[in-house]
Amino acid sequence: MARRILVFAEQREGRLRKSALEAAGLGRQLGGEVHALIVAEKAAPAAEQLAACGLARIHTVEDPRLALYWNEGYLAALDRAVETLQPDLVLLSATAMGRDLAAGLAARRGMPLMSSCISLREAEGSFEAVKSMYGGKVFATLRAVRTPAVATLRPGAFPAAPAADGRPSTEPLAVDLPAEVRARTVGLEKQAEGQIDVQEAEVVVSGGRGLKEPANFALVERLATVLGGAVGASRAAVDAGWIDHGHQVGQTGKTISPKLYIAVGISGAIQHLAGMRTAKCIVAINKDPDAPIFAAADYGLVGDLFKIVPRLAEEIEKAKS
Amino acid sequence: MKIAVCVKQVPSSEARVQLAADGKSVALADAEMVVNPYDEFAVEEALRIKEARGGGEVIVVSVGPESAQAEVRKCLAMGADRGIVVQDPALLGGDGLSTARILAAVLAELQPDLVLCGKLTIDVESDLVAVGLAELLGLPHAALVTHIEWTGERTLRARREIEGGREVVELGLPALISVEKGINEPRYASLKGIMAAKRKPIEVARPDLPAERVGPGAAGVRVVAVAPPPERTGGRKFAGEAEVIVSQVVELLRSEAKVL
Ligand SMILES: Cc1cc2nc3c(=O)[nH]c(=O)nc-3n(C[C@H](O)[C@H](O)[C@H](O)COP(=O)(O)OP(=O)(O)OC[C@H]3O[C@@H](n4cnc5c(N)ncnc54)[C@H](O)[C@@H]3O)c2cc1C
Ligand SMILES: Nc1ncnc2c1ncn2[C@@H]1O[C@H](COP(=O)(O)O)[C@@H](O)[C@H]1O
Repeated sequence: MARRILVFAEQREGRLRKSALEAAGLGRQLGGEVHALIVAEKAAPAAEQLAACGLARIHTVEDPRLALYWNEGYLAALDRAVETLQPDLVLLSATAMGRDLAAGLAARRGMPLMSSCISLREAEGSFEAVKSMYGGKVFATLRAVRTPAVATLRPGAFPAAPAADGRPSTEPLAVDLPAEVRARTVGLEKQAEGQIDVQEAEVVVSGGRGLKEPANFALVERLATVLGGAVGASRAAVDAGWIDHGHQVGQTGKTISPKLYIAVGISGAIQHLAGMRTAKCIVAINKDPDAPIFAAADYGLVGDLFKIVPRLAEEIEKAKS
Repeated sequence: MKIAVCVKQVPSSEARVQLAADGKSVALADAEMVVNPYDEFAVEEALRIKEARGGGEVIVVSVGPESAQAEVRKCLAMGADRGIVVQDPALLGGDGLSTARILAAVLAELQPDLVLCGKLTIDVESDLVAVGLAELLGLPHAALVTHIEWTGERTLRARREIEGGREVVELGLPALISVEKGINEPRYASLKGIMAAKRKPIEVARPDLPAERVGPGAAGVRVVAVAPPPERTGGRKFAGEAEVIVSQVVELLRSEAKVL
């Protein structure tokens, strides 16, 4: 029997998450029949975005109660899809929503869970994945000893599905949602308009204690804007109250794998490295030539950030136009 | 109100982690062990709830080797009332699901009003135990919570951190909450607290669970290899006039790294 993979295609407010395309991409790369599940109030916009990804079929669960994330309702839908489709592997993104659902599904069905995978392949009739442990000090290869298995994928670690010919059929999936809503999402508090989340961004520019004072985060913001990226921060900057914890990168912050990471005035403590060492390209700006961040950086600029960062923003703006 | 807090003993984030000779595990012989940092936030939150209400009980529950009692004792020194540990070797050495099942067996008996967990363990980062435990116990939950606001005696509004913002979730007890950094600043144990903790009880629980459900034999996920993180090669440092080194690096970002 051909392998079957189910991708939970995460959307919020009708917008498909970029990481859902990454999960679809891995599904296609592994081969076999790749199905996607969209759980939403209205699935059409996300289904439209997924249509060109070369999937076998898109299943949708729609209900007004699913407009905001409702963990028990979403899990009921995912559980039903697993029951109906009997996939060998369920792929989700390692996001707040994906991690929640993956853990719930694994516990409900006794399925092996491999979390925050940075690579995943078939092995001996099952699946093997690499993930970072001990705050990035160890890369472990995990094997699911039985299927079906569940995996969450670290956003940014897998390429998005390339476009393909042919459109999948979209079919509604009938689900009995729980009658009672016990944990009800009553609202969303979004980051300020125009701000890009560090976990979504291809480019992240982070600032640390070297910025000296909160107003100087403007330098980091300008560089991030020029690059179309997000603003991150070290814990020292967060603890000083210069920026919200949502921006913190590291062991007790976000773990990210952007295409480009720029560390500005950050020393490169082990706990910070834990959050960004899997970035594809790392640039560090620090006046201390012995700062540990340089050992992790592809390109290190030794010098005063107050001179280098404005110049860098200027040159990149020029290079881009 | 009875609050159970799940805490795990983990190597400190500063600890040097060495790969063991078998290539599948890590050697932590000299590592300093600590309470998983997120679990410390959970203990602190439990103590604050108890203090705000002027009563209740905070019970720390831990699954781990006998040495993990030291971490439970640290939580008692912060102010928790008692501890329960599961240290039966036959039950240990499983995966995250196995741990969740052991905790579920202990908590089903305890019947707490509120279960608090950390969002993640910083050692194996299994990312299953807290939410999996809620599922096994049939409790409503909110994960990654940075703020709890009590809207009534047994109802609360939790803010949980998601990509690009926060979700506001309302739920009633009994419930499980996993906490994220930012929810509070954990207190240090006072000398008095440390002394008092010596007399607080730690019970060794032995939940009766079949070997097909928990322990190494039941693990659905096995570590087949461990390796150091991939070296970053070709790292280059540039020093000198800002204009010069910026131009050099921008050129390399474009032509070599191809990220611009
Ligand atoms: C349990 C635990 C969890 C942690 N989790 C995290 C985490 O998630 N994320 C995190 O980041 N940290 C975390 N930390 C903290 C971490 O250990 C460091 O303290 C922190 O990362 C330091 O932040 P920083 O690099 O901004 O500050 P510093 O270490 O003070 O470094 C500032 C740097 O700026 C440079 N600098 C100063 N002025 C200039 C200038 N004019 N031009 C150029 N460079 C300049 C300095 O040379 C220095 O290297 C954690 C710690 C613990 C114990
Ligand atoms: N061995 C354990 N004993 C007690 N609690 C645990 C244990 N492992 C995990 N937990 C709890 O579950 C949370 C999430 O852990 P994890 O899912 O393993 O990343 C932790 O922060 C703890 O609160």
